[in-house]
Amino acid sequence: MSTATVAAEHAARGRHEDRPFIRKYVFSTDHKIIGIQFLFLSLLFLLAGGLLAMTIRWQLGFPGQPMPGGGVMPETMAPGGVVLPEFYNALVTMHGTFMVFFAIMPLLVGVFANYLIPLKIGAPDMAFPTLNMWSFWLMIPAGTLMLASFFVEGGAAAAGWTAYAPLSANPEYSGVSAGQQLWCLSLIVFALSSLLGSVNYITTVVNLRAPGMTWFRMPLSIWALFVTAILAILAVPILAGALIMLLFDQTLGTHFFLPAEGGQPLLWQHLFWFFGHPEVYILILPAMGITSDVISNGSRKPIFGYHSMVYALIGIAFLGWIVWGHHMFQSGMNPTLGTTFMASTLVIAVPSAIKVFNWLGTMWRGSIHFTTPMLNGVAFVSMFVIGGLSGMFMAAAPVDIYIHDTYFIVAHIHYVLFGGSLFAIFAGIYFWFPSMFGRMMSERLGKIHFVLTFVTYNLTFFPMHILGMGGHMRRIYDPSQYEFLRPLMPMNRFITISAFLLLAAQLPFMVNFVWSLFRGKKAELNPWRDNGLEWTVPSPPPHGNFAETPTVYRGPYEFSSPLAEEDFLPQNRPVAAP
Amino acid sequence: MQHWWFPANASSYGGQLDSLFFVILYITGAVFLIVEVALLYFLFRYRRGANQTATYIEGSTAAEIVWTTIPAAICIFLALFSQRLWSEIKDPDRIPPDAVPLEITAKQFEWHIRYPGPDGRQGSDDDFSKRNELHVVVGRNYAFRLTSEDVIHSFFVPVFRLKQDAVPGMHLSGWFRPTSTGQWEIACAELCGLGHYRMRGRVWVHTAEDFDRWQASQAAGAAPAAPPADSVASSGARAS
Repeated sequence: MSTATVAAEHAARGRHEDRPFIRKYVFSTDHKIIGIQFLFLSLLFLLAGGLLAMTIRWQLGFPGQPMPGGGVMPETMAPGGVVLPEFYNALVTMHGTFMVFFAIMPLLVGVFANYLIPLKIGAPDMAFPTLNMWSFWLMIPAGTLMLASFFVEGGAAAAGWTAYAPLSANPEYSGVSAGQQLWCLSLIVFALSSLLGSVNYITTVVNLRAPGMTWFRMPLSIWALFVTAILAILAVPILAGALIMLLFDQTLGTHFFLPAEGGQPLLWQHLFWFFGHPEVYILILPAMGITSDVISNGSRKPIFGYHSMVYALIGIAFLGWIVWGHHMFQSGMNPTLGTTFMASTLVIAVPSAIKVFNWLGTMWRGSIHFTTPMLNGVAFVSMFVIGGLSGMFMAAAPVDIYIHDTYFIVAHIHYVLFGGSLFAIFAGIYFWFPSMFGRMMSERLGKIHFVLTFVTYNLTFFPMHILGMGGHMRRIYDPSQYEFLRPLMPMNRFITISAFLLLAAQLPFMVNFVWSLFRGKKAELNPWRDNGLEWTVPSPPPHGNFAETPTVYRGPYEFSSPLAEEDFLPQNRPVAAP
Repeated sequence: MQHWWFPANASSYGGQLDSLFFVILYITGAVFLIVEVALLYFLFRYRRGANQTATYIEGSTAAEIVWTTIPAAICIFLALFSQRLWSEIKDPDRIPPDAVPLEITAKQFEWHIRYPGPDGRQGSDDDFSKRNELHVVVGRNYAFRLTSEDVIHSFFVPVFRLKQDAVPGMHLSGWFRPTSTGQWEIACAELCGLGHYRMRGRVWVHTAEDFDRWQASQAAGAAPAAPPADSVASSGARAS
């Protein structure tokens, strides 16, 4: 397949404008509409996951006290606004599940891979537009099943988002039967959605690049999304397989993970983390790609060391397959194997370090514009550094003995997934909002949102490192049960208050997003003076994206080039030889 | 080394573990400061409007080599440096041969600890079990075999810097040597169900005399399986 045949198909299908509303905006095959659908859906899940987190934090800061506004929760979960222990376990499970599978992953991959890949490589659409539509519409049953599980008998899944067997495999142990099965079913449907998306992204990047868009002229965002899609297509089937085995253990009487009948509980952990660690990189690589685009643009300077940035991405993706055992140092896995995983885990820090230094190199001697996307991109770099460095403590297996399963890990994952991924997502939303909707978001509200989020985020998550050093276990309903944790209660309360402020800090974003959709300043052509192909067409781009297939002459980061009069040089602009 | 955020250390390897934590803290702290200070300096120095234009620079191979090899060297050093302590704590072949054997069984939501009794051997008549109570002697080595009857739990003694998952169907070994007397808590570190948050035990580190007195009271009070005369006799033998 070539760009020309896809373009021809588009022409043959007739004018998009003539299609009925439902085919244009609901069951749409246009990658841009699908990306925007993912955006709305995953922002809703992000909010829902955030509200679950608030309930968790309330219980940890003020155990046993009625939560303000908690009276709206059903009697079976929180009578009188006081969270029950069984509901607490469901809360931590569903917070993790929502955030990983229904918020961060679709925000990064569903939104940006869909929206950006065809536009940035000069293609009229994805290689398989109908499959692409299905990849979004499968998320609806997946999300519905997951939400419905709160309301079945026994409540939602309560074995943690990692669903360690046998707790997850035998309802007698957790008291949750239907909820855990719905959790499995939902994620199996999710896996199918993810696979349909990934096969599309890979095929599109390989086959539909515009003339002149060589591999090493691709933006790093596209490189990252491409590598991510490869990781997903290899990792997600492992999750799906493990989930099917778990579902069989729950319903059909198999014993893959139940030891009494000869099963092996550690098998679940190996399968889950063999998926789960590449998944961690699925959740961070696209964020790195977005950050690279935004920082180069904001510094008005080429990305420093483009090739080593690409090789670092690929290096992380490869090494990401041989580090899963670091989640299992204390699991009873052979300690000699632990040594191997310790070494591979420490080595994977190297490509991450290369990326950080190259971002610094990009800013060095630049002309830094403090736009909202740039501020969020810089926040990604500075917070990812903390998340990466705190990972070194767990990578050192003897230290992990003490901090494993404590709040140190909770701090680490939030520095990577919130401080890292979510700041990059904000950067991406502020940056590409004009392309998506033809209007600018308010810079003033954007900066207020950024400053408040950055401060309250750090107040919330940094002290968790110290809780972890104090030995504070994860996923405990009431830390005041333990004498050695009682001195940490003031810090727990401080974190809870900060977390509520962090939620409040998202109000300017919500107002900005909704207001700008309808009332935002109309976006001029190429508002960020960027080089990407997506800015060479009107915003929002028409169906089919490009009136004629663009020709690409150079890489995407030619800012302040001596060849151009302005400080940017779009990829498709021919320049006469000097 | 005493720091306000770590609980007291009361085991032979806990001090080394804490030191390793601080070695990593110093290394990562230095990297953190270098990166963040450089970042803030660049943001200030190269801000737009500081009367300057961006310089067109695509990269530097020398710089890439420097910032690849230095982190690689640090990481390899850390891996080698950590390996010694890891194998000292976790390698089953390095459990001290003179260690007193303990059988620890976890179940929702309690710890059962089976003591070898005065004869120091598991599986003999003078063994006895305690629920949520770990009594040990300061300075003595203990080797435990840990299992679970239902789901995965994690045996966590913060003051010993000891954590090991208890997995149903597996018997996992480990060891520790308490270094100071006192009374502390045992926690479950792996989500194990409804009562996970209150799966709490207690550890007493006694002097040898206190322990023998305690053990004698256990043997006298409980031990229905063994003939009382036998157990009193052997307990006496140990005490003398």
